[in-house]
Amino acid sequence: MKYLRKITIILLISGIVSHVFVACQQKTASRQQVVRFWAMGAEGEAVQKLKPIFERQHPSIKLDIQTIPWTAAQEKLISAYASRNLPDVFQLGNTWIPQFAALNTLEALNTRIDTSRSISSAAYFRGIWQTNIIDSLVYGIPWYIDTRVLFYRTDLLKQAGFTRPPRTWQALYTMAKAIKKQSRSGQYALYLPTNEWAPFVIFGLQNGASLLKENSTRGNFESPAFLRAFEFLIRFYHEDLAPLGFTQITNVYQAFARGTFVFYISGPWNLPQFKRWMSDSLRDRWMTAPLPAPHADTIGCSLAGGSSLVLNRHSPRKQAAWTFIEFLSLAQTQVKFYELMNDLPARKAAWKDPHLKEDPYLRAFYQQLHHVKPLPKIPEWEHIAFAKIRQYVEYAARNKMSSRQALRALDRDTDKILEKRRWLLKRQHANSGEKP
Amino acid sequence: MTGKKHFFAPFFFLTPALSAIFVFFFIPVIAAFFISFTDLDIYALGNPATIRFVGFGNYTRLLTDPLFWQALWNTLYFVLVAGPLSIAVSLLAAVLVNSRLTRWKALFKLSFFLPVVTTLVAVAIVWRFIYHPRFGIINYLLSLAGLHPIDWLGDPFWAMPALILMAVWKNFGYNMIIFIAGLQSIPEHLYEAAVVEGATNWQKFWHITLPMLAPTILFVTVITVIGFFQLFAEPYVMTQGGPLNKTLSIVLYMYREGFRWWNMGYASAIAFVLFFIIFVATLIQIKLQKAKGM
Amino acid sequence: MGKKVTLHLFLIAAAIATILPFIWMISASFMHDGHASVYPPRFFPDHFTLVQYRRLFSRLNLARNFLNSAILSVSVTLISLFFNALAAFVFAKYRFRGKDKLFNLLLASMIIPAQVTMLPLFLMLRSLGLINTYWAIIVPGLANIFGIFLIRQYALSIPDSLLEAARIDGASEFQIFSRIFLPLCTPILVTLAIFTFLGTWNDFLWPLVALTDHSMYTLPVALANLMGEHSKDPELMMAGSVLTVLPVVLVFLSLQKYYLKGIMLGSVKE
Repeated sequence: MKYLRKITIILLISGIVSHVFVACQQKTASRQQVVRFWAMGAEGEAVQKLKPIFERQHPSIKLDIQTIPWTAAQEKLISAYASRNLPDVFQLGNTWIPQFAALNTLEALNTRIDTSRSISSAAYFRGIWQTNIIDSLVYGIPWYIDTRVLFYRTDLLKQAGFTRPPRTWQALYTMAKAIKKQSRSGQYALYLPTNEWAPFVIFGLQNGASLLKENSTRGNFESPAFLRAFEFLIRFYHEDLAPLGFTQITNVYQAFARGTFVFYISGPWNLPQFKRWMSDSLRDRWMTAPLPAPHADTIGCSLAGGSSLVLNRHSPRKQAAWTFIEFLSLAQTQVKFYELMNDLPARKAAWKDPHLKEDPYLRAFYQQLHHVKPLPKIPEWEHIAFAKIRQYVEYAARNKMSSRQALRALDRDTDKILEKRRWLLKRQHANSGEKP
Repeated sequence: MTGKKHFFAPFFFLTPALSAIFVFFFIPVIAAFFISFTDLDIYALGNPATIRFVGFGNYTRLLTDPLFWQALWNTLYFVLVAGPLSIAVSLLAAVLVNSRLTRWKALFKLSFFLPVVTTLVAVAIVWRFIYHPRFGIINYLLSLAGLHPIDWLGDPFWAMPALILMAVWKNFGYNMIIFIAGLQSIPEHLYEAAVVEGATNWQKFWHITLPMLAPTILFVTVITVIGFFQLFAEPYVMTQGGPLNKTLSIVLYMYREGFRWWNMGYASAIAFVLFFIIFVATLIQIKLQKAKGM
Repeated sequence: MGKKVTLHLFLIAAAIATILPFIWMISASFMHDGHASVYPPRFFPDHFTLVQYRRLFSRLNLARNFLNSAILSVSVTLISLFFNALAAFVFAKYRFRGKDKLFNLLLASMIIPAQVTMLPLFLMLRSLGLINTYWAIIVPGLANIFGIFLIRQYALSIPDSLLEAARIDGASEFQIFSRIFLPLCTPILVTLAIFTFLGTWNDFLWPLVALTDHSMYTLPVALANLMGEHSKDPELMMAGSVLTVLPVVLVFLSLQKYYLKGIMLGSVKE
């Protein structure tokens, strides 16, 4: 019994003390707001470096920055959503915006943008801005961007008899054939990994294909436009112009330096490593160029990739959070961010800075960014691209099926994946009394 | 020994374990059963009103899903080759290590058993480099024998055999230990009588060792097969299910559908099909042994 | 005589072939970047270095993952040992209606693969806010049927008279459990502890699903994650593998007698 009394007293005291403690905290907190921000990968650490600048400019706002790894990001965000624990501001890959918008977690930013002095749609690359809009509601502000361009070895290209990079599909093919003719075995013209869906989708978009049809509820990969693009690239495997499988080339930068391939379609994240491997005597032997187009009089478009900053619809401090987003979107912050991270700024003005303007490899990116197209804005896109497009690229490349058969199977699988979306849209239309 | 007097104690003693097993094993199993009749997915996480009851829809979808059949075929290929191979190798190792002629028994037992305790993921990573087409040990050994190098993990034909070899290597020590115990329980006089009758080693093995080991062989087969059906870490780490989905296993497919794409209803159906297959396979093995009259 | 020699040569060759991957693993972990990607393969480092291990601990913070694995393996082992022993005590030494039926039901359910439970368990733990915490790993491991079975098998051989005598002396049931039953079961408890420790340390699929933050990963999950980024760095990956494998190998080597005996015991009744 004695023990019981002692324990009760201890509990009471600690209860009171912690209550007072928490109350004090809350008092100080009401004078200052803490904006919680989640970023992925190394970007979070870079923002830590920008934190003092922001807090100096906005003394009543404190930042709580957390970094989450890319590999677990989607899951962690969905988990946080389910436990109502999402931060006030977070980073989202722009292809994830449809998914999180469908979960009703994102605040529509149209009115805030209209009244903002620093953010407006005109300040950004149009194609990139488009990726954040669903049903004319803007859900994210582009933070940093990427797109895919052509990386190539200038010396090996010259050896094959060409001084300028290909501007059309036909030129790419001709050059590839010429390169292959005078290369040793184990050397290729184009590195086209069978586990990357992006080049195939890009070429399809360039050729005017719509990827999905009927309000993105059915696959349209069998369309002649996509088929032509698909067959064009698959040919590179069948004619030994591109290596099959990805176990042979384990380190793409090393292989590029060794001359294992001449062309590679990829994004700006490769730049630091390419610069590192192509050093000394190899320094001036490579360059970037915008993607080739189907015909001479068209511009080859590319993907509008990158990350956006989004505002949590259920945040209790949206104004402070928006202030932080505006800060990250200022041109000078974007430039600083580029210096820290080598991520391409989403804001056009930032590109005028010498750091970006005078980097010869970035010129192709700047040009390409004016010609980018968004991907279908549906939650299922990741599944379709990473599971199915990849699978059928490999099947067709390895001749397990013809291109036509592969795309027919791809459409069939896509339709299965989109079945729920079709049902939801039908239900939505039925509920609102409209005809689907 | 016990009566009503001793009701409370056993009840309290059982409660922690049984309630844990009930809440965190049986209830999830039942829940998975019900989930497999719905289309629980990412939409449902955001808005539970979008869940639909689909009856056997997921199961019929599995029947028409070429990727599922591929996973099923791959897993069966793995089990039916790696299983007997692993058991045969363990039996051979057990017989050799247990032989009267063998010295340093403990050392050999240890070396053969070492792969068993090591973490599968760590070992799969090692083997991924061992199978490297240019720098890997396996191709080096092949070249010493005058054979061409093989792109083990990149060749659709060789990828599964590569995983099988690794699985047998990792696993045979475990069954070897069990076989050794079984061998040691065979009465010596049976062998002595056979020697008197002029039996060869092979005859001794076939007519004494094998029949006496039959229950052990059954046990080893059942647990090995159950384990092999759950193939996951090897393809996840080494091949990501490729090339051409030739190393996609049932559990890997379930993992992708459930935890990557959040098709939870579908993934639950896959899990139950796996359970059903394991159940049937176990029954078949037991019936086979009984039929052999052992 | 010739037979003996060939037998031993064969066994020695087989033993070397079996541990060859480990030899390569260890030696590559002590090599500089790129030195393991050579033809013909190197089995001894040409320039011994600890740089890979340093990278693991400083840049990649694998020490945290090591700690996670250690804490989880020890906790699950201790807790489950206790709960399993309690239950096994009842199944071995008490009689009540339906006991055998219950026990057989538990045994039969061992055929259900754990993967069936993973999705609902994930959703359940998520609603409790336990995903990405140590509890996510501990909770499903609180007790297991195999452990109860193993201890019960062993405990059947404990004479009832010992327990009766203690009862007559006035000991409570729990005292009988802790002062008589547990000490008598020490060998099998050690065996089960090893099984559980190894099983928890080596577990992959469930921690992969239940732990979503790099700082919470156990070693196998961290290692698989590392492989995603460093698939072209064998030396670094080998250091990670050595780190992951070393503790379990040490535990096994120091307690192998119990472990091997336990495997054989577990196979006796089936």
